[in-house]
Amino acid sequence: MKKFTWLVPTIYILFLMLPIYWLLNMSFKTTNEILGVFTLWPQEFTFENYIAIFTDSTWYNGYINSVTYVVINTVISVSAALPAAYAFSRYRFLGDKHLFFWLLTNRMAPPAVFALPFFQLYSAANLFDTPLAVALAHGLFNIPLAVWILEGFMSGVPKELDETAYVDGYSFPRFFVKIFMPTIAAGIGVTAFFCFMFSWVELLLAKTLTSVAAKPIAAIMTRTASTSGYELGLLAAAGALTIIPGAIVIYFVRNHIAKGFALGRV
Amino acid sequence: MSMITLKDIRHSYLPLPVDDIDWALKEMSVEWQDGGAYALLGPSGCGKTTLLNIISGLLQPTEGEVWFGDQNVTDEPADARNIAQVFQFPVVYDTMTVYDNLAFPLRNRGVDEAEVDKRVREIGAMLDLSETLAKRASGLTADGKQKISLGRGLVRENVNVIMFDEPLTVIDPHLKWVLRSKLKELHQRVGATMIYVTHDQTEALTFADQVVVMHDGNVVQVGTPVELFERPQHTFVGHFIGSPGMNVLPCDIDNGKVMFAGQPLQIAGTAGSDVKGRTEIGIRPEFVSFAEDGIPVNIVNSIDVGRFRIVEAHHGDDSIKLLVPEGEGIPADGAHVRFDPAHTRVYIDGWMVGGN
Amino acid sequence: MAVKSNNQKAWLFVLPVVLLVAFNALIPLMTVVNYSVQETFGNNVFFWEGVKWFEDVLHSERFHASLLRQLSFTGIILLIEVPLGVAIALTMPKKGFWVSVCLVLMALPLLIPWNVVGAMWNIFALPEIGLLGRMINGLGIDYNFTQNPTAAWFTTILMDVWHWTSLVVLLAYAGLRSIPDAYFQAAKIDGAGTWAVFRYIQLPKMKRVLTIAILLRFMDSFMIYTEPFVLTGGGPGNTTTFLSIDLVKIALGQFDLGPAAAMSLIYFLIVLLMCWVFYTLMMKNEDQ
Repeated sequence: MKKFTWLVPTIYILFLMLPIYWLLNMSFKTTNEILGVFTLWPQEFTFENYIAIFTDSTWYNGYINSVTYVVINTVISVSAALPAAYAFSRYRFLGDKHLFFWLLTNRMAPPAVFALPFFQLYSAANLFDTPLAVALAHGLFNIPLAVWILEGFMSGVPKELDETAYVDGYSFPRFFVKIFMPTIAAGIGVTAFFCFMFSWVELLLAKTLTSVAAKPIAAIMTRTASTSGYELGLLAAAGALTIIPGAIVIYFVRNHIAKGFALGRV
Repeated sequence: MSMITLKDIRHSYLPLPVDDIDWALKEMSVEWQDGGAYALLGPSGCGKTTLLNIISGLLQPTEGEVWFGDQNVTDEPADARNIAQVFQFPVVYDTMTVYDNLAFPLRNRGVDEAEVDKRVREIGAMLDLSETLAKRASGLTADGKQKISLGRGLVRENVNVIMFDEPLTVIDPHLKWVLRSKLKELHQRVGATMIYVTHDQTEALTFADQVVVMHDGNVVQVGTPVELFERPQHTFVGHFIGSPGMNVLPCDIDNGKVMFAGQPLQIAGTAGSDVKGRTEIGIRPEFVSFAEDGIPVNIVNSIDVGRFRIVEAHHGDDSIKLLVPEGEGIPADGAHVRFDPAHTRVYIDGWMVGGN
Repeated sequence: MAVKSNNQKAWLFVLPVVLLVAFNALIPLMTVVNYSVQETFGNNVFFWEGVKWFEDVLHSERFHASLLRQLSFTGIILLIEVPLGVAIALTMPKKGFWVSVCLVLMALPLLIPWNVVGAMWNIFALPEIGLLGRMINGLGIDYNFTQNPTAAWFTTILMDVWHWTSLVVLLAYAGLRSIPDAYFQAAKIDGAGTWAVFRYIQLPKMKRVLTIAILLRFMDSFMIYTEPFVLTGGGPGNTTTFLSIDLVKIALGQFDLGPAAAMSLIYFLIVLLMCWVFYTLMMKNEDQ
């Protein structure tokens, strides 16, 4: 029995890889081959689809737009959440528990509920179709999440650390930047990873808040699929390219993922 | 119940040990008499827990054999050895009641419920847990949880050995001695072999009839508390046991004569004449006293610890500690100390030489 | 854990977060509330309608049907993903090189944009050109998720299992790794078998992470929009039109702002209420 337990994760990973393989397979095929014959691997191997993406500015601008708002969102979420998480982990203050719960409820708000009001709000604020709009909107679910994860990490740091630093004559800002932040560096990394992840994969709000200038890559894909008929090869290539940033980020945090997931109130 | 014998045990956590330092446990053979109360004493990282896990069967030794009585159990898993172990941090099954916790090892072995009930109530009473039997185990305090861990071992008939791996680490100081005397009492009542791992000499010396001192993967001495105090076989034992520890001073041995500070010293036993290696004398602070003549020293420090003062004196670069009873004066300038010959011992490369 | 001290100045630390989230949450929420009690015929002219839209939505069969589909979908994926995720976490290697390999590969689906997930599964499951579609049809089963409701549900659920089981795996794995070795050693000495170890050690110790996993999976599956929309467009017919898809159809497709707003609020309240009930029950259980 025990000998064969490795089969379970292996089969699961195979199951995970199959659709991804199929996407890659399609991306290297010509449109004729995709629609004409069923083949398990490309018979006429082609880079045409990728070349099309890298030579068309609407395509690669889409990537730049996506990465831009994801990075802005991650920076805003983490830097705003740092002092707040510190307050929640160290102090009792009027309404702290209610505030914490209210923040978390925003993680539960269905984006579909907010799509239209967001459109109106950001149009009124003159931010429509800018990466900043998407970055701020994604803060709706990423900021509460960041506060939640960081609070978990900070509560694990003994309060004596703070007190020792004050006794040693550190001012609060200097203590926070020079001592406290390095102590929870792993936590900040994990938080940034989650903000990156949820901002990168979300599309409903990103699509609603952009039209031309700031359109994310994933939205451009949808447009291609619907307007120019069935260019499956191109669609597959674009999809395959959206996996890469995620894969790179996972590779860098692989040793912290499991830990980060287990945080919060665990 | 039976005697436990470790034959030429060696253990390494590495797949291919090469150097001496690769071995967590260096080669050793130890016998544990049936019904004995043993302490396994040594600093953190000396291999105590490794040795314990080899006896319990949680670890397979890289080399050597483990015998329980006349049975070779080296390849037997932990559950087949009929042993009990209490860990450093209390292990209780949180979702179960205290009763179910105690019943767990019996139920796993298919004992019928009437017998389970009888044993659980008996052990519960023995450990003063009768009142809490119906409560959830997770609600108990640390000492209560440690009692449950112990109870899960005692509940089985005829356990070969009960092992304690620093069991008082998380217990409040004022409860430590309560639990310790409980253990002592249980040992007399149950009569099972007990092995108590600790780095605290007080715990070891008060609990055990026989103390096994470990250092760096080696067993350096097995003996009664008195033997460890009076005849440390190794300078490490001298250092580690006693407060303050033994004075270890470099000396010269010339043709069987021990020389320290340019003076010949009388020692217990003989030093032997053919001497190679690092030579030292060991003398406990209890057996050093001020005298009219002897070894000239400068007094650098004196700490009052109640019935004694611990005085630190220097001769050249060597520091000598001595205990001065309350009320006795400490000489000012030109002080001399003398060593009690009956308790002055010679060590070569750390090991004691010449008679006992 | 550190003892907290009273300090009202802590509000200053929390202020940036409160402002950012309030800007995003309160203003749109007020807009929604505003719409939900009014009727409009365009040109920004509004008429007071009171709770009419709420009554309409609560009595509409369309809403009931979407809600029922949503509850079924969430129930099914929780029943599959949670046990499956735990089983995979239990069988994963505990240390060494393969841990990293498993974690990286398993986390991959979590970082793929949601519409790409939908598009990928569309390509994968198409009856003529998709690997999955071909395989199922090859087994002699008539499978076409664009026309057959059962096939559409099967594909949507399989896609969600593919997409999100890893989240449960990672959480459960983290929970398992945090159990001290002594528990397993004690269980071994007590003669406990694999099942007893799972039932009395691993499961209780995973309770907290599993609570988080179930909460996250509940919330996210209840809000699911992009993946099924790209995969099936809510069809065939309305068979895979979940709450969010329905809501967007009403709000942006038909531009019925009043009913859409009322539905949004009811929807949001359902999520909040269920999370609260679930959370309270779990915590109460914990205290006993």
